[in-house]
Amino acid sequence: MSRVLEVENLRVSFPSAGGERFLAVDGVSFTLDRGETLALVGESGCGKSVTSLALLRLVPSPGRIESGSAIRLGETDVLALQGEALRRIRGRRVGMIFQDPMTSLNPVFTVGDQIAEGVRAHFPVSRREARERSLRLLQEVGIPDPAARLDAYPHQLSGGMRQRVMIAIALSAEPEILVADEPTTALDVTVQAQILEVLDRLRASRGMAVLLITHDLGIVAGRADRVAVMYAGQIVEEAPTASLFARPSHPYTQGLFASVPRITGPVRRLTPISGSVPAPTAWPSGCRFRPRCPQAFARSEVMPPLLPVGPGHRMRCWLAEEPTAP
Amino acid sequence: MSPSGALLRAAWGDPRGRAGALVLAAIAAVAVVGPALLPDPALQFDPVNGANLPPGPAHWLGTDALGRDLLSRVVSGARVSLAVAVIAVALSVSVGAAVGLVSGYLGGAADAALMRLVDGALAIPRLFLLLLVLAAAERLALPVLILLIGTTGWFATARLVRGEVLRLREETYVRAAEALGAARRRVIFRHLLPNTLGPLLVAATLGVGDVILLEAGLSFLGLGVQPPTPSWGGMILDAKPVLVQAPWAGIFPGLAIVATVLAANLFGDALRDAVDPRSA
Repeated sequence: MSRVLEVENLRVSFPSAGGERFLAVDGVSFTLDRGETLALVGESGCGKSVTSLALLRLVPSPGRIESGSAIRLGETDVLALQGEALRRIRGRRVGMIFQDPMTSLNPVFTVGDQIAEGVRAHFPVSRREARERSLRLLQEVGIPDPAARLDAYPHQLSGGMRQRVMIAIALSAEPEILVADEPTTALDVTVQAQILEVLDRLRASRGMAVLLITHDLGIVAGRADRVAVMYAGQIVEEAPTASLFARPSHPYTQGLFASVPRITGPVRRLTPISGSVPAPTAWPSGCRFRPRCPQAFARSEVMPPLLPVGPGHRMRCWLAEEPTAP
Repeated sequence: MSPSGALLRAAWGDPRGRAGALVLAAIAAVAVVGPALLPDPALQFDPVNGANLPPGPAHWLGTDALGRDLLSRVVSGARVSLAVAVIAVALSVSVGAAVGLVSGYLGGAADAALMRLVDGALAIPRLFLLLLVLAAAERLALPVLILLIGTTGWFATARLVRGEVLRLREETYVRAAEALGAARRRVIFRHLLPNTLGPLLVAATLGVGDVILLEAGLSFLGLGVQPPTPSWGGMILDAKPVLVQAPWAGIFPGLAIVATVLAANLFGDALRDAVDPRSA
């Protein structure tokens, strides 16, 4: 399989109210192969959206990617790009879908105009050709009566239709990677399944890689090849999906599973993780999950690296080395 | 229907907006075709027999101190006053929008520099600034007057647009456009500018009323439009010495000013309510 994305030791900082900089993303590394779906799972504030924005250098000012970080799209070093070269990879190499389809479309332009914008930003085609491509894209994302929808304004479409339009826009420059940041969070459950279905179909037909960012483990189960769980700016566990669901190993991941209700099996109380995610300015020393961890022990006062627990399965916890610790 | 179309339709649905629009349209139509249908006032110079005649069948609005037909002059004045207002407002709104867009989108040092410039300019009353320049110059050609009014009126518009852009910049569709590889210029003119059209349209309409008053005031002081070119403010100035014998010479241009400014303000208010229903 060919590698399309490699992120190494990504660190993104923001200034705090006091003026000092804190790391919202702290040493995140992952890779993505052609045709693969990687799910980035975590609670809000864990740094997963900032990670996705960093891929295209869209971290909003005054945020900044720290030196020592590396982002490579195939052979391209994203952090070395400037100006026009940077613009040319946006949309073309990586397409992005945002969480809220209500606010991701410009209210003053028709759907067709907005899809054609992506086509024309990257290919030297005529207006007519761009419009024809837009029509084919609307067909591809499963919009009924696409010719009529081309001239519709966003407010004339339902949430699910708008999210399909967003996907068509993200596909307009034929990217090799599709980043979907909580693509279904704002949608009805029935529509969620349809949108995920569309994403999966496109991944297969176009051989794209998909980075699926979500807080919902239920979405991950049937869709992703691999899962990376983020907590407090770091990846705390990473595994093939089957392995993660069979054997969630990091206490945080176990906590996430324990707080999801199950339809099958005996009825039992949900166990929420106690406390809440600390702000990036107040991360504890050592393991960042330590204050909330039921299994914290002496070694947790030192930050653990990612340690192997199985084939392709690693976690940031000393329990990987001492499974019988108290 | 496009959002700007919806905006105009909502303003049209408001009785104030409809009345304002109809009156403005009528005045504009008269200004465009009227002078061709009426005798040229410049050729009616007859201070001996025709001066200060009251309104009657021969001269519907009477004549002025030099014997010129007032109806012809009010209509020709409409053309001058409206042209000054429309061109000057178009100029100031364009400059204000451009400065506001750049300032709001780029932020940082460029924003700080531009906004301090605007702060400074807003601290000097526009009328004083204009009086200073106009008093220093002997006689100014009409295009120069328009240029002066236009370039002293964009500061508040720049402020307004910058505020809108700061809000819009956080919208996801702006980030989505950037993520799609849209060039910076394209984000500014295609995604930000059209979304500020509502407030801009309001500012422009209300600005027309302001500029008509401003130009009338300057012309009344003898510093604006220069005779023999007719302007409403200049006509009132001409009427001042004969106001007791021939009050119509001052009343009719005055009424024209009031009607135009009122219509522009009514339409502007209706537009504003359509843009932001909460301000109603």
